[in-house]
This record gives sequence, C-alpha cells and structure tokens, in this order.
Amino acid sequence: MNVTALHKLSDRKWQLDPTGDMRVPAIIYGDAILVGEMEDKVREQIANVASLPGIVGAAHVMPDAHWGYGFPIGGVAAFDPDEGGIVSAGGVGFDISCGVRTILTGLRRGDVEPVKKELADSLFANIPAGLGSRGKITLDAIDMDAMLSGGAGWALQQGYGIPADLERIEEHGKMEGAEPDAVSDHAKERQRAEMGTLGSGNHYLEVQEVSTIHDETAASTFGLKRGDVVVSIHCGSRGLGHQIGTEFLREMAIAAPANGIHLPDLELACAPIKSELGQRYLGAMRAAINCALANRQIITHLTRRVFTHYFPDATLDLLFDVSHNTCKEEWHELEGRKRWVFVHRKGATRAFGPGHPDLPAAFAAVGQPVFIGGSMGTMSAIMVGAGAKPEPAFASACHGAGRRLSRHQALKRWHGRQVIDELAHRGIIIRSPSSRGVAEEAPGAYKDTAAVVEAAHVTGLARKVADLSPMICIKG
Amino acid sequence: MKGIAPRAEHFAHGADVGVRGIGPSRETAFEQAAVALSEIVTELQKIEPKISISVECQAPSDALLLVDWLNAVIYRMAVERMLFRRFAVTIFDHRLRGEAWGEAVDRDRHAPAVEPKGATYTELRVERDGNGEWIAQCVVDV
Repeated sequence: MNVTALHKLSDRKWQLDPTGDMRVPAIIYGDAILVGEMEDKVREQIANVASLPGIVGAAHVMPDAHWGYGFPIGGVAAFDPDEGGIVSAGGVGFDISCGVRTILTGLRRGDVEPVKKELADSLFANIPAGLGSRGKITLDAIDMDAMLSGGAGWALQQGYGIPADLERIEEHGKMEGAEPDAVSDHAKERQRAEMGTLGSGNHYLEVQEVSTIHDETAASTFGLKRGDVVVSIHCGSRGLGHQIGTEFLREMAIAAPANGIHLPDLELACAPIKSELGQRYLGAMRAAINCALANRQIITHLTRRVFTHYFPDATLDLLFDVSHNTCKEEWHELEGRKRWVFVHRKGATRAFGPGHPDLPAAFAAVGQPVFIGGSMGTMSAIMVGAGAKPEPAFASACHGAGRRLSRHQALKRWHGRQVIDELAHRGIIIRSPSSRGVAEEAPGAYKDTAAVVEAAHVTGLARKVADLSPMICIKG
Repeated sequence: MKGIAPRAEHFAHGADVGVRGIGPSRETAFEQAAVALSEIVTELQKIEPKISISVECQAPSDALLLVDWLNAVIYRMAVERMLFRRFAVTIFDHRLRGEAWGEAVDRDRHAPAVEPKGATYTELRVERDGNGEWIAQCVVDV
C-alpha cells in the first residue's frame, strides 16, 4: 500500500480519506514499513467496507492486516442498526469465532525439558489434528443443540473443565442469543464428529515459555513469570462455522439487491441487522461462537489430561480465551455519544481496557488479555487492552502476524522435514500429520510478529505484557 | 473443442489458495477446478478412485454454480472423510449433476496438508477466453 496516498495522522496511524462510495474514512495502524508492505487489496477492501450501509466512525485496519475475503483480515467495522446498519457473513468469515486461549501450567521450563519429547508425542496422540481426524465424542441432535446454546458451559456439564474456567472466557463461556434452529442440518452434520479437534492450516496447540516480561504489574495479574510454561490453543468453530459461513454468504449475496444493498465485492455479502435474514445469521453465528468455545474447552480438557499424566500436581488454570472472527453487540462512545453498535472483528481481537464493565473481576484493574499468535518458530505475545481514550478501533487489537509468502512460495522454498529439523535444532518440537503442511506454514512464510506487536503497542491498540517462545507445536 | 487439454492449476491468495480448472467445455473446467481442490490437500496420485458419490446443485449464474459445486465437494470431503481423484460434471439450465470418485482419508498415506473450509467469491470467474478455453476459478479458504 502506497503510504503517500494516505493522510498521516502519526508515525503509526494513517487515514484513507473518504472518496467515491465511502461513507466514513478508514484508519490504518502500523509504521510506514508495515503499512507499505500491506497489499493494495487491503486498501481496496477497507474502502469497500467503509461504503457499507450504517457504518459508524471509521473502518479500521490492524497492523497485521492482509488481503482477505470482502473484509481484509485485520479489519474492524461497527454498524448501527438504527441507521440501516448491516451484519456481514463475509465480515465475520468462514472460521467463526476462531480464537486463542492460553492456559497457565504452573510449571517452569526446567520441569518440562526432561519430558518434552514424550509430552509432544502424547499431545499429538491425544488431540485430534488435521483433515480426517475425528473427535472422541459424537453429538446426537439433542446434544448438538445443547452445545450450540451452551458453549463452554455445555462442555463443563459434560465433564470437560472446571467452573473457574468460565470466568476466564469472553461472554463467560456462553454467547447469549444463539439460535440452534438457525443452523442448517448440513452445518450440524459437518460438526457431529469434530468436537475437540484442532483443524488444520494455521491452527495449532503450542507449549510455550514466557521468555520476556514487559509489564510486571499486568504479568503478575495474569499469573505470568519469566521462565513459566504456558499452553496456547488456536482454533475455531470447525466444520459448523465453515458451513454457516458458506451458506449465509450465498444467501446474503443473492438477497442483497432486494435489500437495496450494493455489494462492491460479493464477499461483503450482508443483510440489514433489522431484517429476518440478518437476525437469522446473528442467531446462527452466535451458535457457532458457542461451538468454538466448547471446542477449545474440550481441547483444554484433553491437554490437562496429558499434562497431569506427566505432572500429577499441575492444575493448568485458564488465563483467558479470546475470539478474533466475530460480530458482537457493544456500547461505544462516538463523538461524545454512547451508541449500541454491531462490531465486526475479522482477524482482530477485542481489547477492553481497565475498568470495562464486561471484564472478569480478575482483570478489572489492568484490562483484558490479548493474545497475538506466532508461527511455530517465532514468538507469540500476550498484550493487554490499553484503555486509551478515545478508545482506538472500537477497543480492538491485532491477532497475529499475517503471511508474507503464499503457500506455493513457501513450498518452493522449504521442505517440511527441513523445517522440522531446523526447529528441533533450536529446541522446538513440531508434531504434524503432514510434512507438506509444515512447509506451507514455515515460520519464514509469516511476517515479523515482533513488529506487529510493537505497532499495536505504540499505536495504543494494546500494551505489551510478555513474549512467549515456542517449545512444542502441534500443527493440524 | 479439440486441442484444449483439460488441466488444473493453483494461484496464490494471501493465506489461502486459488483453484483454476481449464478445459474445452464449462463442464471440464468445473471438473478440473475440483481436481485443483483435491490437490490442495494431497497429491492426486495418492488417491484411489474406489468409491463414487454424486451431488446436485442449482444456482442463478455459472459463477455461483462453480462455488456451489466446490462447496458440495468440500461438504462431502468433510462429513464422509473422503478425498476425491476424478470428477464428472453435467450442467443443464443452471443445474449441475456431479460425480466424484475417491476413497476414505488415510492420514498416513495421504498426509493431508490442509483442510478446505469453503470456496469463496474471491477471484471468482467462469468464462470462455478468446482461444475457446473455458476457465473456472475461485479462491478456497483453507
């Protein structure tokens, strides 16, 4: 993206002024290098988002943004239902409520090192990953609907977890307003045997060491010390979310002209929030959020079982669970007025600052944990909602470094075995069903996580708390 | 049309992969697009065409029909845990009937690289070029 075509607001904040059909400006976060590296398609896509009915404030682009579907990945936009605002299936994406949860283990690196290989093998054997894997549970129609309504709370009732977990999940583990009846039989069928599975692509389970602490107060509140071992799980609503995304994208694309909506890109398929289709999508999407929360809860249970085999006294307390592909109803202040808006975050996480009423009590004083995912060999990061006033990007932050090279380019440059061996040399164990999948996900195929984290920190989207370095990575 | 060899290709899209089918007819282009979809997951020669399944779809345009066809294949891959090697498509009046031959996923033998989530409207094109070749393409979210 050519930064000279943007209006510079600061060294790490740029504005695309409204032109053509844009109803609001777009704000792009990142230094000149990061923004310069973004594809031109990101500018085109965020300009399209800014033209959608009922958009308020501005459309926002996170420092890790890249070319997506309709919305850029790393795009944030809010819509007011009273001003004809829309909800967009494309704006949430196929992997509804994809997210990251991080679990404290109470262990130190020195505890884990002696059994690292065995631990990696056990995690790989017990946590289904990749295409063709099956979960250990199959849901019948009644359980399916209960899961779609109950989220992580449902998983708890099935014995997967402890009550304290729910306080450490967005929406307390259960998204209200879910409508299992709005979810098609096809979507439910696709999910029947996929509960507790990681999926593939960039999804992973990683055992990590807290390598650096940037903010002692927040780190202490989060229970993090340098040298501690944590587990991070990155996955979403699996086949159910994919099918809901597929079906509603089609229905909204076909219905758009009748709803008076001009779609500059079919992938922006959307419907007015105040319409039967918009409401039905919201009900189905919220059910998919519950599916993702239940899925990560079950994987947490499987992880705990493996860890307690090697470390019988380990408790594995949940730090937090955040989703980064969602549309949520929230209060935000715009031009001095509180407004109830529908915030789309596509490849962006919520980042509530200190004192936000929706935060768990444990985080009220410091703000919400924000997780920035790495890529096998590279650091991940834990940040905290900064609480800047006015809040930037509807209290959102980035979610992980985007790709630098396509899967094809990565395959030309690396072999899976070579990546696994190089990482093993650095003390990082990779377990994956596919050598080609590892090559496609090679750390070098991704942008620099540290630069993305720095940009989020300096622009006030979130504040740095701790860096995590990988020890074991289970790839789907 | 003679002289046009049906073939499958991929093209780059950010984190995902574009599939492109090329052939002398719309039907062969659709078949080859599905071949390209299979090749995202594993090498085609690793898949044995042992079992056949059939799908039907209907859409208001060729472009939407391509997305529906690929999504129907993705759905069957997911729920039946299968991979497909060969495809046969007939299209009449925006109605598609397709058959796919493949086998159950064998995680050791196929070592699936990724799991397709859905065919998208990004870079979606179904058209005949100046050489008479039909091209059917879109990006697949993986």
